[in-house]
Amino acid sequence: MIKWWKILGFILVLYTLIYGLLGSVPKLDILNETIRNVYYHVPIWFAMLFQMGISVWYAVKYLGNNQLNDDVVSHQAAQVGLFFSIPGLLTGSVWAKFTWGTWWTFEDPKLNGVAIAVLIYLAYFILRSSLIDEQKKARISAVYNIFAFVMMFVFIMILPRLTDSLHPGNGGNPAFGKYDLNSSMRLVFYPAVIGWILISLWILNIKVRMNKLINYYDEN
Amino acid sequence: MLNEKLKHLIIKEFTLEFRQKSTLAGIAVYIIATVFISALSFKKIIHPYVWNALFWVILIFISINVSGKSFLQETKGKALFNYIYYNPRHFILSKIIYNMLLMMALSLFTYFFYSWFVGSMVQNQGMFLLALLFSSSGFSGVLSLMSAIASKANNFSLMAILSFPVIMPLVMVSIKLSKHAIDGLAWSVSYNYLLILIMLNFIVIALSTLLFAYLWRD
Repeated sequence: MIKWWKILGFILVLYTLIYGLLGSVPKLDILNETIRNVYYHVPIWFAMLFQMGISVWYAVKYLGNNQLNDDVVSHQAAQVGLFFSIPGLLTGSVWAKFTWGTWWTFEDPKLNGVAIAVLIYLAYFILRSSLIDEQKKARISAVYNIFAFVMMFVFIMILPRLTDSLHPGNGGNPAFGKYDLNSSMRLVFYPAVIGWILISLWILNIKVRMNKLINYYDEN
Repeated sequence: MLNEKLKHLIIKEFTLEFRQKSTLAGIAVYIIATVFISALSFKKIIHPYVWNALFWVILIFISINVSGKSFLQETKGKALFNYIYYNPRHFILSKIIYNMLLMMALSLFTYFFYSWFVGSMVQNQGMFLLALLFSSSGFSGVLSLMSAIASKANNFSLMAILSFPVIMPLVMVSIKLSKHAIDGLAWSVSYNYLLILIMLNFIVIALSTLLFAYLWRD
């Protein structure tokens, strides 16, 4: 059964894909037309953070009730989140090339933070794969997941605000709101955020259902 | 102030460590050898960045080696006894406090030999020592829990994989702070970092204490 929010997510992403390229944007130095990347790069990161949030929420839930289904959701959401970091990194890298002049820089705390976040979740998957017993795997990886999420949050939300960053809104750079002179960008940006989050939820939904089926057939 | 059982646990940790002096001596030799090798291979370090980076890399490896051991000696029978007799909070706290004191001492030890063999560049000693103390307490907070996880997974090589990414925030802040100390910047520049470092300590230790209870029962 197709639910309404899946169609909504599809329509919103389609709308932002088209209007992101056709709509009017403020003319700014250096940024020029690359400002349109705000519609793709930022919402994809939001979708990633959203998935990581779901992952840690279900990890907490699992520790509370020991239901393996919650662990399945937690694991799959981490996978979807890690998957979303790839387009996030690629769009960011292209954007950096055309505005900062380099594909990657170690000067920016947000870039470092994201690299660490990817490492953290890779370590999470390695931890999972090295444990065999289902309950033990679920419990230990939930503990690591919660710890890792807090550390990641510190890394990408708190540290960039302390030091200089090339990203807007950090270390004296004006935030996104300052660039948006005529508010027409918000009409594309907010739907894009909602649309990508809905799409990520859809992917998660399919993966969780698939996994539950696999588990069901393994047991029977 | 300290709870009776917690005090017992901490004393137990120290007794066990000093009964077998070979591990402590091993760590000391490990530190001296590492520092000596870096002194030999670098001859003379001119740039503060290199001095700083090398020092912290050495310190991170030492702390992973030291704190990684904290749950290795837990045999099945001992674990069962501890599980019945002690509160998990006290148990992990005793490990954290023990590791914290050990790491503080070891980091001072490392700093002493490092500045002896390689030469010291630090201009603001007080700030550098604060960075050392708070980072070692933060490291022990993170690494004690990671050691518990690795020992539950029966896989010591997991220790490094799990720990490196999660101690990164602590490492970054401490490196920044110690760079300020090396350059001899005024205290007012570094208050932010010091504050964040102390906050991170609280977060890390609180999280470890909370989460360990779930790791414990088998």
